[in-house]
Amino acid sequence: MDVGDRDPVTGQLTTGHEWNGITELYTPVPRIVFFFLFVTILFSIVYWVLMPAWPLGWTYTKGILGFDQKAVVQSQLAEAGAEQSAWTSRIDGMDYAAIQADPELMKIVHEAGATLFGDNCAVCHGTGGTGGKGFPDLTAGAWLWGGEPEAIAETLRVGINAPHEETRVSQMLSFGRDGILVRDQIDDVVGYVQSLGPSAAAAHDEEALARGAEVFAGNCAACHGEDAKGNRDLGAPNLTDASWIYGGDRQSITSTVYSGHQGLMPSWEQRLTPTQRKILTLYVLGLSGETQ
Amino acid sequence: MVAQLSKGERQLSVIVLLALALAGLAMAVAGRADPLGVHGIIVILFSAALIFVVLAQFNAPEPSPERLKDYYDDPSKVGIVLSMFWAVIGMALGVWVAALLAWPDLTIDAAWASFGRLRPAHTSAVIFGFGGNALIATSYHVMQRTSRARLPGQFSPWFVLIGYNLFCVVAAAGYFMGVTQSKEYAEPEWYADIWLTIVWIAYFVLYIRTLARRKEPHIYVANWYYLAFILVVAMLHIVNNLAVPVSLGHAKSYSAFSGVQDAMTQWWYGHNAVAFFLTAGFLGMMYYYLPKRAGRPIFSYRLSIISFWGITFMYMWAGSHHLHYTALPQWVQTLGMTFSLVLLVPSWASAGNALATLNGAWHKVRDDATLRFMMAAAVFYGLTTFEGSFLAIRPVNSLSHYTDWTIGHVHAGALGWVALITFGSIYAVVPWLWRRQAMYSARLVEWHFWLALSGTVIYVFAMWNSGIIQGLMWRTYNESGTLTYSFIESMVAMHPYYIARAFGGLLFLLGAIIGTYNVLMTITGHSKAVEEVGEDMPHRAGAAISAEPAE
Ligand code: HEC
Ligand code: HEC
Ligand code: HEM
Repeated sequence: MDVGDRDPVTGQLTTGHEWNGITELYTPVPRIVFFFLFVTILFSIVYWVLMPAWPLGWTYTKGILGFDQKAVVQSQLAEAGAEQSAWTSRIDGMDYAAIQADPELMKIVHEAGATLFGDNCAVCHGTGGTGGKGFPDLTAGAWLWGGEPEAIAETLRVGINAPHEETRVSQMLSFGRDGILVRDQIDDVVGYVQSLGPSAAAAHDEEALARGAEVFAGNCAACHGEDAKGNRDLGAPNLTDASWIYGGDRQSITSTVYSGHQGLMPSWEQRLTPTQRKILTLYVLGLSGETQ
Repeated sequence: MVAQLSKGERQLSVIVLLALALAGLAMAVAGRADPLGVHGIIVILFSAALIFVVLAQFNAPEPSPERLKDYYDDPSKVGIVLSMFWAVIGMALGVWVAALLAWPDLTIDAAWASFGRLRPAHTSAVIFGFGGNALIATSYHVMQRTSRARLPGQFSPWFVLIGYNLFCVVAAAGYFMGVTQSKEYAEPEWYADIWLTIVWIAYFVLYIRTLARRKEPHIYVANWYYLAFILVVAMLHIVNNLAVPVSLGHAKSYSAFSGVQDAMTQWWYGHNAVAFFLTAGFLGMMYYYLPKRAGRPIFSYRLSIISFWGITFMYMWAGSHHLHYTALPQWVQTLGMTFSLVLLVPSWASAGNALATLNGAWHKVRDDATLRFMMAAAVFYGLTTFEGSFLAIRPVNSLSHYTDWTIGHVHAGALGWVALITFGSIYAVVPWLWRRQAMYSARLVEWHFWLALSGTVIYVFAMWNSGIIQGLMWRTYNESGTLTYSFIESMVAMHPYYIARAFGGLLFLLGAIIGTYNVLMTITGHSKAVEEVGEDMPHRAGAAISAEPAE
């Protein structure tokens, strides 16, 4: 290699080549580069000896530590399961009331339940369980299917209108679209429904109200009950409380009665273990303040 | 520009464009019930538009043979402008997806505008549109100068540049229609892949032919890097995209690989795309424009050699670090991790070589924002490769993987390294190419530098924070052995960082817009023209460049 001029700044020689004005210095490779090359390669060799590393046709070098990621994760899972079983076995074995009476277990229910709820339910019911349009508020105590732990556990297991053999089925008919009721009847019955709630404004049109009550008795009472307090066997909501899934203003109720609804609550039997569903049941009950 | 083509080249262009339009027609007919048909129409429109451009000057007089004594820079010029254009588009898409992550309700609720389609449009527009065009344009410029040889013909450089942009357009249009083969950075479907293969082989042949004509006894290191970029990307692209289309009338295809082999092939491709597209090519850029601009010799010729071979050899093994703790056998992960660690040494050697080259020119770095772009790029290159080797360590990866830390790492590389070295090189090359004394406005370059730097820093810090918080939240357990946080809580925790990231990205985008304006003003004659521009003008000496007949 021919050697060129000396660079005045560094005192190094150039290699003697020049490409459109660019030259290169002959500076030797700094020692530190070799040092780090040595260190990293040494580390790699040690690591290869210890760990599974090089392929040998049908097998591979296993490494003298005998480390295997699948075995590790399996043993970690087993270990974690064993640790948890201290309390999971108690939750599995005890009935709801007994668990609710045990502050130590309830602490776990709250911790584990919050995460389970956040990961599985919050998308629809909201992080605090307060729901939103189309998704019921689980904190209000206004249950569609009942507030007993067994009822909630069953809802979680089979879902509502879900693709599960035993799913709970419920439907609010589309009275308007299917031509069961005409426009005026809908207006009347909506006015009647509005008059039932706790905050109902004083009725101004007694006549319309009476017509509405009649429509209600003929078409709605079968599901929502004579007193409109709902039917927990059919999942038909109480229309006299302040709690609404789809909204309690005139327009929302009209749209409910006109086009109907069939809310979908997934079934969790395949997704969550019985223990997890039990924890969630207790957690949901806690949300509505019905712990005691 | 067309007038600079010989009559034969003009005829060839029209024939090739007609053939392309025919191919488009075939696609449009065969795929009429499929997005493939829309792609066919795009190809027809694209070729028709270019046919008009060529026909407009088809009968212009034969250009003077004198031009063959000079370098051929028209394709480089167009490539630079296209690169800036894609930069603005791609970065605007980036700001959009960043905003969507911070405020999901900002969506306009159309299928094409969904996050899943905008994201690959962003990555492809910046990597392939912005980065790719800059690589092609600068590679033409650099290889001619460092070989002291004109490009061998005038047709094939255009074929490569324009064909490549057709690929980018088809890719982007496909994402908006939902066409993807679901391989990260290799999303375009089989027909786009075949087209890119043709273009890429033409690129390789062009490069080799130019090198074969060189008047310099030695091949300059920048050319090694460009060549490694072209060669390896060809190999990666062909292997990773092996697939069987559902039919010739459908966009959809099925990969030749499945399961863990598919994952490994994809990340062998993915990581080497980072290595040879986003690193080797840009190192080529750096090795030319940085010493040129600094007016300093390369610090160490030997360091260039060992880092080149170190990077080339070591990167090939590293892909499996993207698949730690997966179904991939552990021994493959071990190899990926250890080679990633050794890789740090040649990477830092390159960064160090670049920075040490600036010895004796630090006053220029202080005064000249263009050189400062390149200096900062070398620093970010060092930082990103250090971080990459660190993230490749399995236990570290168990925290960082699937989190925004990866995104922070990528953007330290993509913004800090790739984009900064590109902007620096563009600011250097634009006045040289267009024979201007300097860029239209040095102050705007200065503004761009600070916007880009602060945007990068804000972005990267936001993602480091968000990523580490995510990683920790996802692995925090209660005393009872259950997870403490739900996923949605980690989303809530990220919100402020997502806003910060969108802001940092916006600054970076503003810089790119300013840069585009500055480039356009410079080339449209708002900057003083010069006959022979300073130090970097081609060796006009007629003897230096042989006047061979063009293709
Ligand atoms: C896809 C959205 C969705 C998800 C996810 C979801 N739910 Fe529901 N859930 C609903 C809807 C909708 C209803 C009301 C069904 C109806 O309108 O009849 C409901 C009803 C319920 C009810 C019955 C309320 C009552 O008044 O009887 C309970 C309890 C409940 N959900 C708990 C949960 C829990 C616990 C989870 C998480 C494991 C969960 N839900 C996940 C949509 C969802
Ligand atoms: C076949 C049984 C059935 C009949 C008949 C029926 N409903 Fe319903 N209704 C339901 C069910 C079930 C729901 C809950 C739907 C859901 O949550 O998806 C419901 C919901 C409603 C709601 C919405 C409550 C809320 O919280 O938003 C209103 C209002 C309502 N019904 C009014 C009526 C009126 C008025 C009639 C008569 C015209 C009527 N329903 C007839 C079953 C019925
Ligand atoms: C020594 C060099 C480098 C190493 C060892 C390295 C290593 C890594 C690692 C470990 C990941 C994370 C994989 C995961 O957990 O998903 C990653 C991701 C990534 N890096 Fe690097 N990196 C290096 C340099 C760079 C540079 C310079 C760039 C950009 C120019 C870059 C761009 C990327 C990209 C695009 C991804 C994203 C992959 C994904 O989407 O998951 N890397 N790299």
